[in-house]
Amino acid sequence: MSSDDAVLSVRGLFKSFGALTVAQDINLDLPGGARISLIGPNGAGKTTFVNLLTGMLVPDAGHVRLDGIPIDQLLPEQRVRRGLVRTHQINTLLMETSVRENVAIAVAERERIGWRMLRYGPRWRACLDEAQALLAALGLGGDGLRLVRELPYGKQRLLEIAIALALKPRVLLLDEPAAGVPAGEARAIHDQLEDLPAGVAILMIEHDMDLVFRFAREIVVMVQGRILTRGSPSEIANDDRVREVYLGRRAR
Amino acid sequence: MTLRYGGWGHLLPWAAALAFYFFGSDLLSLGTNALIMVLFALSLDLVLGYAGIITMGHAAFFGFGAYVAGVFSIHFSNDPIAGLLLATAAAAVLGLITGALILHTRGVTLMMLTIAIGALVLEVANHLRAITGGDDGLQGIRIAPLLGLFRFDLWGHTAYLYTLAVLFVWFLLAWRIMRSPFGRSLDGIRQNVRRMRAIGTPVWWRLVAVYSLGAAMAGTAGALSAQTTRSVGLTALELLTSGTVLMVLILGGTRRLYGSFAGAVVYVVVQDLAAQADPFRWMFVIGALLMAVVLFLENGLMGLVDLGAARIRALSGSRREQR
Amino acid sequence: MSALTVVLDGVAYGMVLFIISVGLTVTMGLMRVVNLAHGAFAMIGGYVAAVALGAGVPFLAAALGATLVAGLTGALAEALIYRPLYRKGELAQALMTFGFTFVVIAALTAVFGSNIKALPLPGYLSGLVDIGYRMYPAYRLFVIAFGLALAFALWLLIDRSLYGARLRAAVDNPRIARAVGIDVNRLFLLTFAGGCALAGLGGVLGSELLPLEPYYALRYLVLFLLVVGVGGVGNFKGSFVAAIALGLIDTSAKYYLPSAAAYLFYGAVLALLLWRPDGLMPARSAQ
Repeated sequence: MSSDDAVLSVRGLFKSFGALTVAQDINLDLPGGARISLIGPNGAGKTTFVNLLTGMLVPDAGHVRLDGIPIDQLLPEQRVRRGLVRTHQINTLLMETSVRENVAIAVAERERIGWRMLRYGPRWRACLDEAQALLAALGLGGDGLRLVRELPYGKQRLLEIAIALALKPRVLLLDEPAAGVPAGEARAIHDQLEDLPAGVAILMIEHDMDLVFRFAREIVVMVQGRILTRGSPSEIANDDRVREVYLGRRAR
Repeated sequence: MTLRYGGWGHLLPWAAALAFYFFGSDLLSLGTNALIMVLFALSLDLVLGYAGIITMGHAAFFGFGAYVAGVFSIHFSNDPIAGLLLATAAAAVLGLITGALILHTRGVTLMMLTIAIGALVLEVANHLRAITGGDDGLQGIRIAPLLGLFRFDLWGHTAYLYTLAVLFVWFLLAWRIMRSPFGRSLDGIRQNVRRMRAIGTPVWWRLVAVYSLGAAMAGTAGALSAQTTRSVGLTALELLTSGTVLMVLILGGTRRLYGSFAGAVVYVVVQDLAAQADPFRWMFVIGALLMAVVLFLENGLMGLVDLGAARIRALSGSRREQR
Repeated sequence: MSALTVVLDGVAYGMVLFIISVGLTVTMGLMRVVNLAHGAFAMIGGYVAAVALGAGVPFLAAALGATLVAGLTGALAEALIYRPLYRKGELAQALMTFGFTFVVIAALTAVFGSNIKALPLPGYLSGLVDIGYRMYPAYRLFVIAFGLALAFALWLLIDRSLYGARLRAAVDNPRIARAVGIDVNRLFLLTFAGGCALAGLGGVLGSELLPLEPYYALRYLVLFLLVVGVGGVGNFKGSFVAAIALGLIDTSAKYYLPSAAAYLFYGAVLALLLWRPDGLMPARSAQ
């Protein structure tokens, strides 16, 4: 896979906090339409990696390229505007605002009307309509006018995904989308993850192995800030080193 | 801003304000002060209530607007509207510059910076006493007739209606703006700035914009104060004034269309009554009031109104859709 | 006016600021409460001492009494006013403490009148001392020495004692501190009262530089907050450095550029806060 094909391309990413190295020589390509799952034990640095990609953390070395263009100097907001979108492991929502408005505001930012103060009627209504349609597609159609804090946790997780989709991402970084969701509600999330737009390059951090194997066409295993190995689901399932890492057969 | 009581809710405060004009002839100057405080508190609601910028230095813009309007009338032109517009624009610029300087910080640091800037502006005014009159205040402000027609009479008739009109215009603007995508994004920034960054909102720019807007509005309030009372003093720039407007806003209730009205009216009335007795008595009353509001009235007076309305509705057994 | 004199004056002023503000930085850092009433406790100390001195009480006893009264008031306030505030957020705290300041100002002026309070110094502290190149007010030397002694004592207390260890634990992570058996509530109460007591003492010792008048609590609040902000909230070493630095900046500005002194001071504060938003020496690593 040459980096020319990839939508998102990472080379030599390195980050440490004093003596603690959280990311070491990470190389990764995300082609359009990718379905990659990033797995590894807790503390392996998966969320840190996502933070490095989104710009929340600044790497000590290495490059991130979007469509071949380096984005290392861009602020997180600017990267989002170029189509690099993430969801959060812990719900990051506007709790005192309606479900529909959470999505509509994202649409408005995407459409660049977030600065409008006086003339906005028809365009804002269009944002609301699009938001409602998106919610319906994700199974949240009836919840549009409810406040987010009234929503059950599983639906809030779905809303995280809805907002990310509203931004029409080119690259989508999902941070444990089903984390903390009770079994009954997790099903809805799993179904939605299968229906994500085909052209979007998706990297998903997950611990739920059923979900991982159902979703991913490629799996990347990360341990202590390094990429241990990568491959197709069946290759990873049969990899001894991966089993050791998860089951700890050989003490580190 | 939420409007919970339908069309009549809108009319009531404005009708009351107009009625006051006709029936409150002796107290018009008090009424004008209340209207100015409404505008001042409303300006803070944009910055603090919506965008969540905790500032203890908002008086800087009020005072700056007041001095600009006053100095303009003394040295350049008596025309009230020209002075008003200039003061508003000047305050906006001050808000833009100071906001751009400090709004990358947040929380306690930001609050301290607003205090430092407020103190700095006060010192500048004190220092430039040739222009501002220093401790003695600005003297000799004269106001030409409004639109060349309406003289500012001694009983404050013109002043009251002039202030009411200006308040109305700003009120409409503020209402429109806070319901816009811009206003909603600021509300979002207050609730969860991380979420807003994650959808690509240029947070700093939005905050600077609303800070400048709030500054402009406060500048208008200051200019009105200078023009209607024909005086400006250093108190307009003091920490005390910043604290007072903050209290008025919280008293009335943030993010409520008419919260500022409620808070301002109560404050002006209490202050007038208490100050007549002894200046420090009013400090006691205001201080106790403030503490009571924080402890018991989380949503301010509008919260009380809500409670009352809910009781009435429960008693009458009717249901109304809220939103 | 020689540079050394300016330095001495600046350090003396800084010491006063330190004595008053150290309580504020510890409680703001410890209890994470925005406390705008700190100036009020300094004012209480000063007023009580002024009245006691006026009634003929000797200086040391008056100062001690003032400190105790300020501390007790602080303890009462913590239990009644501050405790409900811990969970209410910065805005509620700012407003509540601001209102409390108003109430204190009103109460003090109602009881003691609204003129400036002068604190006459005892014979052994007034007068001039020969420091080599000139005669210098003994009182200022006393303040400097006292400030240094206090800083040292506090350092011992915070860095070297069990109380200090508990304090630091509670600042870093109150939940875990509770879990290991530290009585966080009592710790808060004691520390807050101690901070208010120190403020009261500072109000007494600093009355020459910060005159006691009705608006004292508001007028100098800015100063105390800025010392805390520049030094780093919760960092007592930082507040020492910041207090001395700001004392020096203000005093030298007043001597060398009197007309621009106030600008320079607030300008310097602005610059310092913008350069180091978390304070010159932030207390704890990012949480």
